[in-house]
Amino acid sequence: MQAIIQGRINAFQTLGTHDGPGIRFVAFMQGCKLRCIYCHNPETWSMDSGKQYCAHEVLQKIIKYKPYFGKDGGVTISGGEPLLQAEFLIELFTLCKAYNIHTAIDTSGSILNDDVVNLLELVNLVLLDIKFTSDEDYMNYAGCSLEKVLDFLKLSDKLNKKVWIRHVIVPNITDSYDNIMNLKKLISPFKCVQKIELLPFKKLCLEKYEQMGLTFKLLETPETSQEKIDELRKLIGSEE
Amino acid sequence: MNNNAWKSFKSGIWQEQIDVCDFIRQNYKPYYGDHSFLQQATSRTKNLLQKFNDLLTEEKNSGGVLEVDVSTVSSITNYETGYLDKENEIIVGLQTSSPLKRGVNPFGGIKMVRSSCEAYGYKLSQKVEDEFLYRTTHNDGVFRVYTEQMLTARHSGVITGLPDAYGRGRIIGDYRRVALYGVDYLIEQKQKDKKEAGQKLMDVDNIRLSEELYQQINFLGKLKSMAEMYGYDISKPATNSKEAVQWLYFAYLAAIKEQNGAAMSLGRVSTFLDIYFERDFLSGAINETGVQEIIDDFVLKLRMARHLRTPDYNELFGGDPMWITESIGGMSQNGTTLVTKSSFRFLNTLYTLGAAPEPNLTVLWSKNLPQPFKNYCAKVSIDTDSIQYENDDLMRPEFCDDYGIACCVSAMKIGKQMQFFGARSNLPKLLLIALNGGRDEVTGKLIASESEVYPDEILDYDKVVKRFWEYQKWLCSLYVNTMNVIHYMHDKYAYEKIQMALHDTFVERFMAFGVAGLSVIADSLSAIKYAKVTAIKNENGIITDFKIDGNFPKFGNDDERVDKIASELLQGFLNELKQTPTYKNAKHTLSVLTITSNVVYGKKTGSTPDGRKKGEAYAPGANPMHNREENGALASLNSVASLPYECCQDGISCTFSITPATLGSDETQQIENLVCILDGYFEKNAHHINVNVIEKSKLIKAFEDPDSYPNITIRVSGYAVNFHKLSREQQLEVINRTFHEKM
Repeated sequence: MQAIIQGRINAFQTLGTHDGPGIRFVAFMQGCKLRCIYCHNPETWSMDSGKQYCAHEVLQKIIKYKPYFGKDGGVTISGGEPLLQAEFLIELFTLCKAYNIHTAIDTSGSILNDDVVNLLELVNLVLLDIKFTSDEDYMNYAGCSLEKVLDFLKLSDKLNKKVWIRHVIVPNITDSYDNIMNLKKLISPFKCVQKIELLPFKKLCLEKYEQMGLTFKLLETPETSQEKIDELRKLIGSEE
Repeated sequence: MNNNAWKSFKSGIWQEQIDVCDFIRQNYKPYYGDHSFLQQATSRTKNLLQKFNDLLTEEKNSGGVLEVDVSTVSSITNYETGYLDKENEIIVGLQTSSPLKRGVNPFGGIKMVRSSCEAYGYKLSQKVEDEFLYRTTHNDGVFRVYTEQMLTARHSGVITGLPDAYGRGRIIGDYRRVALYGVDYLIEQKQKDKKEAGQKLMDVDNIRLSEELYQQINFLGKLKSMAEMYGYDISKPATNSKEAVQWLYFAYLAAIKEQNGAAMSLGRVSTFLDIYFERDFLSGAINETGVQEIIDDFVLKLRMARHLRTPDYNELFGGDPMWITESIGGMSQNGTTLVTKSSFRFLNTLYTLGAAPEPNLTVLWSKNLPQPFKNYCAKVSIDTDSIQYENDDLMRPEFCDDYGIACCVSAMKIGKQMQFFGARSNLPKLLLIALNGGRDEVTGKLIASESEVYPDEILDYDKVVKRFWEYQKWLCSLYVNTMNVIHYMHDKYAYEKIQMALHDTFVERFMAFGVAGLSVIADSLSAIKYAKVTAIKNENGIITDFKIDGNFPKFGNDDERVDKIASELLQGFLNELKQTPTYKNAKHTLSVLTITSNVVYGKKTGSTPDGRKKGEAYAPGANPMHNREENGALASLNSVASLPYECCQDGISCTFSITPATLGSDETQQIENLVCILDGYFEKNAHHINVNVIEKSKLIKAFEDPDSYPNITIRVSGYAVNFHKLSREQQLEVINRTFHEKM
């Protein structure tokens, strides 16, 4: 008998309105290997906390919210890094597909293996966080290479996946004209990109860092103003 | 005979007998388009609105009551005519002789009238005192019969808010009948019924019915006289749309002159009136601006309705509400929508006249409502926080398609069903009384049959539940009997003559019981079951606090383990109520609704096993307790939706507050998402929801600096209220309530 694959999940949010189209049931997976400087979910870093569920259990939870999904909504798997648990998600998304539930993953795209390829084939929408636009910044502020992320984007393009690019605007790090132009250039070859979302840097996570005894390195950095976001959005010509 | 008035209407059974529902079915025109046809307020309307707003400011500056007429007893024809602006009003008629002046209505109880006069610096006139010197009021009657047990239970707050000192309300006259048939025909029908009754055995019921019919006929006559004072003859049917609105409004006005019931709802008039507007529209007699102008004028009149209340009353029913509930939308039995252009026009008054609590606009939501209407409702909610939604797909099978909502959530067939309003009982307090062997946990006084205080330190779920059931038996029987006394006396001394004249003679009756603190008791029992709860006794051996070790499932997280406890409590409570027969054979029903009494109920109740401390407010209605939700807004809605409507047919109220950004990043998304939330919630068989889309910070600002947002309207339990009309405590409770915010 095959062992049942368990997924480690940190939390559920039943009313997600910012992680994909329509109303989303969001599951935050446990575990991430990146250490992004502005991460707002440090509680999802550890690989062995959270709670274990089998795909059927999670599906049962999702189904309870199906009446709210309307024509656009569905489930979004965020994290943590969903790709670390691709095998579990393949099982979950196969079930979702059978129930006609729209699926999305919110990922850094920093992992590529056979499971990830299979998962990518299944999922309806990819929310890809391109965190930084140069390899150097990526290494410095997230601990990963930009190349890996672009490989993931290439694969998504090859598989004809719908991709929404997300990029967090952090004052003094990613809020320059040049940075936005770089981002634009990076993604311009990919037809699969449907939308670019520029997200403001927020410090709502401070309390979590304190509780966990961690230092938030951007303590002194101000939150990003809506005006700044609007200004940069014009540069990129993004919908949002 | 009504050739002119009924010209070009499709004929039907409604012409042979009183049947407004059939008239609507035969003649209304569903509307599937969007709101782009709507017009703005005319300059005439704006001028009137300005006058009204000036009066509101004056009212506010006078401590909440502009003026009291202390020497005239409120009734249909007792006041001179009054106007806001005689030359420019389209629809006329005021409750008293001048706008916002409150009348005195001692039929429910003169003590309450005295103290409400005094609360605002007035003194009830000797004239009225003399008139009532040898007159029994409803309140007198009730207290002649109340037993010691009833008085004790009432005093302790385990049952509270009972309508024993003022009008019971929650009765909806079918005010449309006056427009469609004229008063003479209604009198004829009632005379016929009285004659028939006279041919039967004159037993107690039939004698009472005959006298009631006499009073109904008498007051229909007074209704005509009142209209005459304003220069209108309403003996015959209305011949055009302006008359239809005027006739209907006169009927409603007569009701609020006669009765000061807690909730004086309007019913379901927009689609009915739309038939008249449509006819005038087609004949070229009126254009869209003209139609909106009439509706605006009508709604402005409704916003001027007032009753004189005591400060005590305001604790339970905060914000000076009237519950002029108008039910809008819904589907017909044959599957076409009942949405018409006028459904939009009534909602549009929240723009033409600005957001306001009254009338209490209630959208009957169905998954099959036209999409543009759903979108418009969502837009109005987001812009104004002034409407509530109730599940038409859930109520229609029970109440057909011509029902209205009385008060907040109580459905009834218009003109065919009525209810005896029964306020509510305090379930967490009952649990504490049970644990304390019949003693009040706050005073230590014995209020139910005595037994040993729960002897063990650690509470055992099965033992606690068994105790609870025993005391529930005691409370339910006492509760039904108390209600029987109240409603017998109300019928005897403060019978709703005009409202019942606008009902069929043989009506179906509900006796509407209620519970408060559902999430508190559900969480308390869940704590006892899933965590370790230790009872802490004071020096007199009364359990006054609890120590909780471990975690337990909490209502509002879509967790069946506790949600089921809540459902079983409701089922059990209703079953127990049914063991005691009701006055006039009314059907026992139950609501989970608190108005603003969740604050005062909490105040009167000791610490509970869920960790809530003595005196802390309950969550309103069926809401989960504040800040116990861990899985987001929809999980909380699913918990509420899981409560069984079949045993709470008087309604299950839920108040939902969300910040705009959490709902979506722009207006289009917010509208789409709100429509999805409503569709989903009601598909889960939920009954009711108040929607507030507002920043918590805005309320905090309004609390700290009342002048910063003088006109904030928000939805609370089943109605809307101007935030500033709530007490400071109630305002704080609203602010502390869970706001769904994105993290």
